[in-house]
Amino acid sequence: MSISGGPLDPGDLIGLAGSGGPRSRRSRRRVPPGEAVRSTLIALVSTVVFFGLIVVIVTNAPNWPEVQHAFFDGAIFARSLPKLVEAFGTNIALFLIAEVFILALGLVLAVLRGLPGPVFFPVRLLATVYVDLFRAVPGILVIYLLGFGIPGLGIADIPNDVFFWGAVSLVLVYSAYVSEVYRAGIESVHWSQEAAARSLGLSRVQALRYVIVPQAVRRVIPPLLNDFIGLQKDTVLVSVIGLVEIFREGQILKSATFNFTPFVAIALIFVVVTIPLARFTDWLVARERGRQVAGGAR
Amino acid sequence: MSVSMSAVAPGAAAPALRIEGLHKSFDDLEVLRGIDLELAEHEVVCLIGSSGSGKSTLLRCINLLEPIDAGRIVIEGDEITARGVDVNRIRRRIGIVFQAFNLFPHMSVLSNVALAPRKVLGLGRAEAEARAMELLERIGLADKAREYPDRLSGGQQQRVAIVRALAMRPDLLLLDEITSALDPELVAEVLNLIRELADGGMTMLIATHEMSFAREIANRVCFLDAGRILETAPPAEMFSAPREERTKQFLQRVIDAGRL
Repeated sequence: MSISGGPLDPGDLIGLAGSGGPRSRRSRRRVPPGEAVRSTLIALVSTVVFFGLIVVIVTNAPNWPEVQHAFFDGAIFARSLPKLVEAFGTNIALFLIAEVFILALGLVLAVLRGLPGPVFFPVRLLATVYVDLFRAVPGILVIYLLGFGIPGLGIADIPNDVFFWGAVSLVLVYSAYVSEVYRAGIESVHWSQEAAARSLGLSRVQALRYVIVPQAVRRVIPPLLNDFIGLQKDTVLVSVIGLVEIFREGQILKSATFNFTPFVAIALIFVVVTIPLARFTDWLVARERGRQVAGGAR
Repeated sequence: MSVSMSAVAPGAAAPALRIEGLHKSFDDLEVLRGIDLELAEHEVVCLIGSSGSGKSTLLRCINLLEPIDAGRIVIEGDEITARGVDVNRIRRRIGIVFQAFNLFPHMSVLSNVALAPRKVLGLGRAEAEARAMELLERIGLADKAREYPDRLSGGQQQRVAIVRALAMRPDLLLLDEITSALDPELVAEVLNLIRELADGGMTMLIATHEMSFAREIANRVCFLDAGRILETAPPAEMFSAPREERTKQFLQRVIDAGRL
């Protein structure tokens, strides 16, 4: 698509409407103005018809009045929204705190897995087992096991706060994914960069720190943002150990009103927060691709 | 504007570089099959030979970028291939410049040149950057100091790569076909810089396909064939009266290609 830099401009909208393929950036400029207006109109009409049809079908379904009442109650929506937004603060805090540790731990894991030589075999093995394990076990189980299991041990001085163990679980699961993203980035930096760094007398660690990792991180920012979006949504999983965040708050409101509208409100809140992040990611990906083309073979 | 960088006084008798019986294999392929070579202080030696003859591998072995299978490499009397040597210390004394420049694309030109002096030699930022700036001024690229490498032409990038190596004040400079990736009109500016280095007394081992340049700059020329140095001679002799049959064939091919 044509998210080509900066906020959407009219050219982008025409690009969206046009029939150009995934790389329509170049062909777009050659579209004569008359044709562009025509394709915009066609896109507009087909969109209205398509969504109009869906609305007609759904609202004419036999049980629509009941569903409408249970899921789309305006008054309940208005009443629950402030509480949900407030509870969403917990999700955001969880997300932000976990993300910092995920980024750090993921990078450490990626670097450990890349250490060369037989001496570091145990380190590589441990890091590999960690990544395999936490990618294999569903996140909700990790949250369950840590959230109930560790406080259950009754060890003094270990926090038994559900927020804490929820954050720890998310860090464990997501750092495994993020380390793979980092690793792909590190491996995508051509070996000649390390050769150049080492030839100047930099140690392996210095070469990684000043030459390889900075380039790798720049390259993986878009896929990392993608994982951020996943993490943002997965913060609701922590509700299973009793943390009152947005989903838990929704359940409470549902029990009080016997109405599902709060969940629709939650969905909306996530959409509103996630879509800008997703667009931003697309924009970064497009920019990165443009740079690689400009930068030639590397 | 001569770029003389050989700060260290030569050790009395020890040659700048001595290689004895160097062997190197990649899996089953033996790329270097017994290389013996000696470079005196301030000497410029060019390595010629067809692609795959082992020129690049030899340079990479000297810089310890490739572990060797057998033989010895001695720099000013210090055996660098001995067990337990600090490779990072060795590499400070040996600069290498690559065919593909290998500048760090995420750093400004100035940072490219100043990085190793800061992190390896432990110079302060100001001092390292002053040193880098001085080098960039000598090659006429001071105005590009804040630019990123992709804003420079190939010739400019390669000159920056050369001064990046010089910033470490190496005793020996290895040049690995440094003009092969350049457009023809950019070759001269790079070769001019190498000429100045040679005039300044820099000891250099140069793998090159530029025969006329080798003829002009080298004290000696070595012809590499299938992992051996088949013939070593002063350039006048090598290019006008080569002894070995394979050298003649190689030079004939070069002449046929219009490159001599």
